[in-house]
Amino acid sequence: MITSFPKLLSATVVTLKLLSLSLFFGLLIGLLFAILRLNKNIFINKFAYGYSYVFRGTPLLVQIFIIYFGLGQIEYFRSTFLWVIFKEPYWCAIIAFALNTGAYTSEILRSAFQTIKPGFIEAGKSLGLSNKTIFYKIQIPIAIKQSLPAYGNEIILMLKGTSLASTVTLLDLTGVAKYIISTTFKPIEVFIVAGSIYLFITFLVHNLIKYLEKKFSYQ
Amino acid sequence: MELLAFGKTGWGDELFFATLMTIAVSITAMIIGFFFALIFTPLKLSKHKSLNLIGNFYTTVIRGVPELLVIYLFFFGGSGAVMYVASIFGYDDYIEINAFITGSFAIGIISGAYSTEVFRGAILSIDKGQFEASKVLGLNKYIYFLKVILPQMLRLALPNLSNVWQITLKDTSLISVTGLVEIMRQSYIAAGSTRDPLFFYSFAAVLYLLLTYVSMKFLNSLEKKYSRGF
Repeated sequence: MITSFPKLLSATVVTLKLLSLSLFFGLLIGLLFAILRLNKNIFINKFAYGYSYVFRGTPLLVQIFIIYFGLGQIEYFRSTFLWVIFKEPYWCAIIAFALNTGAYTSEILRSAFQTIKPGFIEAGKSLGLSNKTIFYKIQIPIAIKQSLPAYGNEIILMLKGTSLASTVTLLDLTGVAKYIISTTFKPIEVFIVAGSIYLFITFLVHNLIKYLEKKFSYQ
Repeated sequence: MELLAFGKTGWGDELFFATLMTIAVSITAMIIGFFFALIFTPLKLSKHKSLNLIGNFYTTVIRGVPELLVIYLFFFGGSGAVMYVASIFGYDDYIEINAFITGSFAIGIISGAYSTEVFRGAILSIDKGQFEASKVLGLNKYIYFLKVILPQMLRLALPNLSNVWQITLKDTSLISVTGLVEIMRQSYIAAGSTRDPLFFYSFAAVLYLLLTYVSMKFLNSLEKKYSRGF
């Protein structure tokens, strides 16, 4: 139990790297698609809805496998510069995670944007603020506050999702835990150690979100 | 398209049975989850601190630890645990547990944690007057639970339970790591032998989408049926 701890701890770094990168890209994707969802053009709207429907309706495992095993099969794709990124399991995992969390994030942000009271926007307009200022100074701060609790859940779901990186040969926390279990045959001990590390990260995220919620509240 | 032909030439029938396996595992896991919820919801609602602690421990740990890790625990530790229990009763032979049972149990425990939270929320949001009214009417404990609380609780829990169902359905794809031949595993096998992973994994995605779409339609109609009069 004690000898496995340093190995698991160094694998935690991989998990955290995967988590932070996919959350960063996922947030950008989510914001983009949330804005597309609010677009009045029905084709753009339907496209954004389709994206989030497909990525939320299929398991993350399928998405990783399509990106890691599937895309390499296209002859043309292998000759483009993108292949430098897509031949690495590390980046494939991050792309799959980012696309997946992006779909969920876009739903969270969309509902946050939609629940902003029209009065706020009208107030901004009657003060003569430009559309840009209203978006950045009124809509975004309110949307952040509204979506924080749901986004905190999404971070924790994504943390658990990073464990799937172990299925494409990456040695993250779950990958190393599985390796140790299969060599030492001590499933319960390793589960306790790896599980506690995950729970500790969950605990940190939970408190960070709580702190941010306080900071963004009106009172 | 000939890749999907039924019979010996294609993978159609294999994938069809794999889909049935996914549905079977999901339903079994969901039922096992309900049993866990039946035990842990009262614990979470109990007034005793120690019982509360047990309930919270279950939901926090299971919802905070990756599903894959839980599956590995069951996959590598499951038969060991059963053999240990059997050895107490004097049975010392090697016991191998079927992948279906291990898988449904692992997913069931996970889905149970989510169901527990859903049931707890539903019971808490039932109007206090209902509890008091049934006490005033002098209803016996079982009738009061079965006829007053349960029907209202199910109506409130149904929308969230359909979310739990979706999560459970998608989680079953993870059991493929233990070798149980469901959609994901079958696609893996087919992709390996035809060297066409893009097609088979995309087809798996379509199958999952189909399953979530159909079950969503069905659950929505149930929701409508049970929220009549509200």
